[in-house]
Formats: sequence, C-alpha cells, structure tokens
Amino acid sequence: MEFFRIRQDIPFMRHALVFNIISLITFLLAVVFLVTKGLHLSIEFTGGTLMEVSYAEAPEVEKIRNRMIADGFADPQVQNFGSSRELLIRVPLARDGDSSKVADRVMISLQAAAAGNAPQMKRVEFVGPQVGKELASDGAMALLLVVIGIVIYLAIRFEWRFAISAIIANLHDVVIILGFFAFFQWEFSLPVLAAVLAVLGYSVNESVVVFDRVRETFRKKRGMTTPQVLNHAITSTISRTIITHGCTQMMVTSMLIFGGPALHYFALALTIGILFGIYSSVLVASPLVMWLGVSRAQFIVAPKKDQEEAVV
Amino acid sequence: MNRYPLWKNALIAVILVLGLLYTLPNFFGEAPAVQVSSVKATIKIDPQLLVRVEDTLKAMGVTHDGLFSDANSIRVRLKDGDTQLKAKDALEKTLNPVASDASYSVALNLLSSSPQWLTNLHALPMYLGLDLRGGVHFLLQVDMKGALTKRLDGTAADLRTLLRDKDLRHTGINREGNNVVIKFRDEQTRDKARDLLNDNQPDLTITAGQDGATFTLTGVLKPAAEKRIQDFALKQNITTLHNRINELGVSEPVIQQQGADRIVVELPGVQDTAKAKDILGRTASLEVRMVDDENSANAAVMAQALHGQPPVGTDVYNERGGRPLLVRKQVVLTGDRLVDAQAGFDNQTHEPTVNLTLDSAGARIFKDVTRDNVGKRMAILLIEKGKGEVVTAPVIRSEIGGGRVQISGRMSTTEASDTALLLRAGSLAAPMDIIEERTIGPSLGAENIEKGFHSTIWGFAAIAVFMSLYYLLFGLVSVVALASNVLLLFALLSLLQATLTLPGIAAIALT
Repeated sequence: MEFFRIRQDIPFMRHALVFNIISLITFLLAVVFLVTKGLHLSIEFTGGTLMEVSYAEAPEVEKIRNRMIADGFADPQVQNFGSSRELLIRVPLARDGDSSKVADRVMISLQAAAAGNAPQMKRVEFVGPQVGKELASDGAMALLLVVIGIVIYLAIRFEWRFAISAIIANLHDVVIILGFFAFFQWEFSLPVLAAVLAVLGYSVNESVVVFDRVRETFRKKRGMTTPQVLNHAITSTISRTIITHGCTQMMVTSMLIFGGPALHYFALALTIGILFGIYSSVLVASPLVMWLGVSRAQFIVAPKKDQEEAVV
Repeated sequence: MNRYPLWKNALIAVILVLGLLYTLPNFFGEAPAVQVSSVKATIKIDPQLLVRVEDTLKAMGVTHDGLFSDANSIRVRLKDGDTQLKAKDALEKTLNPVASDASYSVALNLLSSSPQWLTNLHALPMYLGLDLRGGVHFLLQVDMKGALTKRLDGTAADLRTLLRDKDLRHTGINREGNNVVIKFRDEQTRDKARDLLNDNQPDLTITAGQDGATFTLTGVLKPAAEKRIQDFALKQNITTLHNRINELGVSEPVIQQQGADRIVVELPGVQDTAKAKDILGRTASLEVRMVDDENSANAAVMAQALHGQPPVGTDVYNERGGRPLLVRKQVVLTGDRLVDAQAGFDNQTHEPTVNLTLDSAGARIFKDVTRDNVGKRMAILLIEKGKGEVVTAPVIRSEIGGGRVQISGRMSTTEASDTALLLRAGSLAAPMDIIEERTIGPSLGAENIEKGFHSTIWGFAAIAVFMSLYYLLFGLVSVVALASNVLLLFALLSLLQATLTLPGIAAIALT
C-alpha cells in the first residue's frame, strides 16, 4: 500500500503567486486580530487567581457571579468548565489587599451563594503580578532566542536566501497560530507557548528537508529551471512530509480527544501549527526562495565537499 | 537480511532487559502507608521508635507489609486503606498520648509496592508531579530589603555600645534608609570614632562628612556583607520553613531555593491550603523569663505544680531533657529583640557556646535584668502553637551589657548548634510573601494521569495500526522500535528519579 505514487513532478511553483497572496492575507488577518483583539492571556502571564470547583448539582452561574460581585470581587469571570457541574472562576489581581488570600475568600463567597450545594475545590492557581510579568518576558525571550538560533543554524547550513525564507515561513506559522488564539479568544497559557515553540521546531525540520532536496537537485540535475528544481524537490519529499506529520497529528488528535481540558489548548495549538507548518514549508518557503533569486550558480562553487549531505 | 555481529544483538537485548527492569516499578502502583516523623527538632528518629511502632501495630492486630526507616521518618506499608486508617489511629494514640502536645506526626502516605529486590536495584518508580498527584505549590518571595534593615538596626545598636564603651560622645546614631549615620559635636571625636569603627566593623564602609556644625560618619554595608546577609536570610527562612512543615506531617515536602530571593515549597497531598498558609506564615515566638529557682527546688511544690497547680505567678514548662521547671509569668524579653543566634566557642575555656545578639532595646533590658539577678537562672522559651518548651536555662554569672549574650556550660558542640538553630528557627530572618500558589485536588490529579495515559495509548495505537498497514513488516519493526524507545525513556526517567508531570506525559507522547 502506498498513497503517494507520484510519477510526475507536481507544478507547485506555477501557483506560487496565488499561494503567497493567500498566505499574505491570512498573515495580515492574523496580525489584525492580534492587534485589535489581543491575546487572551492566562493568569500565568497576567497574574490573578484561578479556581476550579466542582458541585454535586449544577449551580447557577449568574447567581454565583452576582454573589461574588456583591462580596467585593472586581470583575470575576465565572464559567462552566468541562461539564455543567464544574466551574472555572478567574479573579484578576486586586490592586490592594492580600491577593494570596483571594482563594479562601472566594470559597466563602461560593458557599454563601449555594446553600446545601457546597462546592469542592479542585484546583487553585494564584500568580502574583511580578511572577506574571517575568513569565511573559521570559516567554517572549524564549521565542526570540529560538528564532535567532534557527536563523543562525540555517544560515550556516545553507545560505542566507534559505535562512530568510525559512524563518519567514516559520514566523508566518507562529503568527497564524497566535492569530487563531486571538480571533477565538482561546486562552493563551504556558503549555500553548510550549506548543508554539514545538511547532517552530517541526516547521524548521520540514523546511530543512525540502531545502536539502533542493540543493541536491541543483547539483545533480542539469538543465532544469529553478521552478522545476523546486517542484521536483517538493514532490519527492511530500510523501515523507505528510506521513511523519500525519503520525504526529494522530498523537495530537488523540490528546485533543482524550487529554481533557488541561491539554486541550496545547493540542489545539499543535494541530494548527502542524497543518500550517506543512503548508508553509512547502508553499511559502519555497516560492520565497525563488523570489529571492536562488540559482544553480550558488551551489556548484564547492562541489567536492557537502557530497554526503543527502538526507532523507 | 542485515547481519550484525552477535555482540551487537546481545547489547541490544541487555539494554532492553535493563530498560524493562527499571520501568517495572511504575507498573506496580502504590500501596497505602503510614509515615511517622518527628515534629520537634529535639526528638530524633531512632531504632527504639521502630521497635515501638512494630509493637504497637502487633498489639492492635494490624499486619503490615514492611517497615522502613530512614534518618527522618519511619514508614509502614499496609495492605489497604482500612488497615491504613486503623494503623494511623493506633500509632497516633501510642506515640502522642497527649493530643495537644504531639511529639510525632503520623501521616497517611503512599509507598511504591514494587518488590524489595527491585528497590534494592535502585529501580524506583517515577516521582509524580503535583499536577498528577494533587497537592500545594507555593512560591515565596523573601523580602531582602527587610533582612538588610533588620541587620542595620542591629548594627546601629552595636555601634552605640561600642562608642559608649570607648567613651566617645556622639549626639545620635540612626538608621537612614540603608545607611547608619552617627553624629558628633567635634571633628576629633569623629576621627577617633572612625578609626575605631574601621577596626571593629569589617562589614561597614565608613565615610566621614560634615553638615554645618555637626560632624558625621556614614556607614554603608559592603556588597560582600550584604550578599552574606541575604544568603543567610534565605537559608534561615528555608530552615524555619522546614521546621514548620515537618509539623504538617507532609510525606515528601520540597523546599528549595529558586533564584536569589525565592523559595519554592511543594507539599504533595496537602489539601488544606488555608492551614498550610497559616503555618508557613506563622512565627514561633521566643521568650526570655526568669526561673523560679526556690520553688523549682522544692519537691512538694513541684509535685503540686505537675498536677496543674503551680504557685501563683509561675508556669510549668519542660526543659529539653524532660525535667519540669517553674518559670515566672513575667516576660523579660521576646524573640523580636533577638537579632542572631550562632554556635561558637568560649575564648578562654574553649567550651562550646551559643552566642546571642540582641538589638539595642533588648540589650538595655537585658543589662538591667542581669544586674538585678546575678546568680539566678533565666529560661529561654520557644513557644509554638501556644505550647512552650525551655530551650535552655543558664545561670546568670554577671551583669551582661552590650547585647552580646554568651550561653555556655556543659554543652556538646552539637547541642550548641542545635540550640542556636532552635533559637533562630523561631523567627524568619526576613518577611516573605506568597507570590504564586497552585493547588491541585487529588481527584483532578488522578483524572490527569488517566487522561494523559489514555491519550498516549490511543495515539500510539493509531500510529501502530497505520504504520503496520502502510509499511507492512517494516511498519511493525518500527512500532517495536518506537515501543522500546518509550520503554527506555521511562527507564531513564525512573532511574534519574525525574518528576513526571502532565506536560511531561504530553512530551513523551510526542516523541
């Protein structure tokens, strides 16, 4: 059994412009959503208190929210989580007072709101303002360092045209994931950040595979135009690309289905990232390389070394 | 077929067997257990306690699956939850006859139920993170500025005594922000004082100045000294937290320094955050009171006192050795006045000593009290949760001024350092704030394990099916390879005693 018995090179590059325009539009949309709506950062980044409580019987969310406002909590968010018997409560940082005691006060308030249907605390997270800020800046720093590291690696391994187009393609994935999170106002938490970094890794891996084949093809086959070379490289790697990512996606899907709320957004971010990662490395990075003017002349300068670098 | 030499195949087989061996403990799960640990720093876990625990269990007709003891605790493995509760009640009753004055904490715990021979091979199950196990996680920020201020206050007091001893007149010593400023009327005195301070206060950088008619000296802590004080504050806070958490009876608490000024506290299995926070934030207090020697020596009065009728104006407290002592109700000094306590040696006799440093107010009071009570005994009490214990009750030999107190006599070096620790343990060196808190209920923990496990298994199954169908035999081979990869990963993680968390499970799944 084999899904991809491809005899002829698929002319991806003929539609390069169309793909790039589509990418540009999604990218711009993502940026627009990021700017206008912003990310819904989890309390890990903003600071505040998050509680998960479960009730024996389904409580009235509205009543609890009103009770909490009456008890002096500013802007509490109360929502169902998983099932109607479970609630997720978020309380932003109070500007004054002892924030670390918020959880206890919320419990008192909850007990007052539902007599005879006492809630059971399942999870509390409290993050102080300082830690939140640090996490946010550390997270941004991690992302930046990963990007710089990738650029350096690609620049050493290939040449600058590849490095630039790969990093643009990868950042395009990241921005689109973030755009999704901004558009749907999904909660952006630390696991999601980890997922974004993982996606960067996968995406780079993918770009390297395609670029390697591009370089090899340039060296081996004469008389092919640049678009033809790119087409050949993509076609010959597409089967591997789809199978490896398909397998990863199977695992992620299983996490999405069975992993429960704790892993939900992590798996979701990975799913979007993997799908766009395949797309971008094949149909964003390669055309970019072409626009940047890659040609055979750049590869046959030092023919005797690099001979063994035929990966895949 | 590829032909590999025999040794390669053998190596692979050996590695796989080892991997399997070290992964095994994770499959045995955990058995209920009861853990006994000492609450008081003065009581140590010894072999006699082990015998006592065993006898107690035998007397109650509780059969156990194994007794383990280490430096800090004794653990009893039991068959099921019922016997666990029964054993806990029995041990609680025998070890702590007076519930309000507990010497040991008896806590419910879980022990790996893997066979002994695996444990002997150091094949232990992975440590489950809080998100899988349930528990509380705190991140505490130590207020280093507070520690420095406290220390500078102490230094100001020292300087006051120093200048008075040398008869150098000053018009005021004050702490202003992070400086200690001393004012003088004339330049000559100031210069003399500067020389004196340079010799006596190695931690301070002294600069001379003039403000109108007043001549000043400004002392600033040297960066090295500042760092030492901060390190010390952090260490002392960690020690204090250890002592307090021991009381909670948590089975495997984690108390670690994080960064320069933070402490992580993880208490697996603890659900009652309010109580945990209360205990972390509480300060045990230290009190200095006079001993009622006359009545303490009187056997009849003592007998009566032990039956709950001490003479008017006195309380009965136990000394560390266990001997009761009558102590006056009037408090001479409290622990707030104690700046530092260190173990040391006497300059002349070379006996081990405990050296206390008091602040200026404390020093003054202490001087007055010691002058009036030469030859009598004073008791230093450590009061926690409303119960007091006499840490030490030395005889006052002479008037003690200057806020530097030396306690000596019939002490071993360990006793001296234990006493110093106890005295220090009473107080936090610097205030702390909780800046992050996470509580995970045990049901959520179990749920997380189950979900993580399920998603991994299903994902793995899907990949296995796909690979076998798509690549046929080669697919099967790669599935086997993948399985052994996961196996080896688990083995390595177990071997390293790494902590398994939910994101960890996800990461394993993604490899």
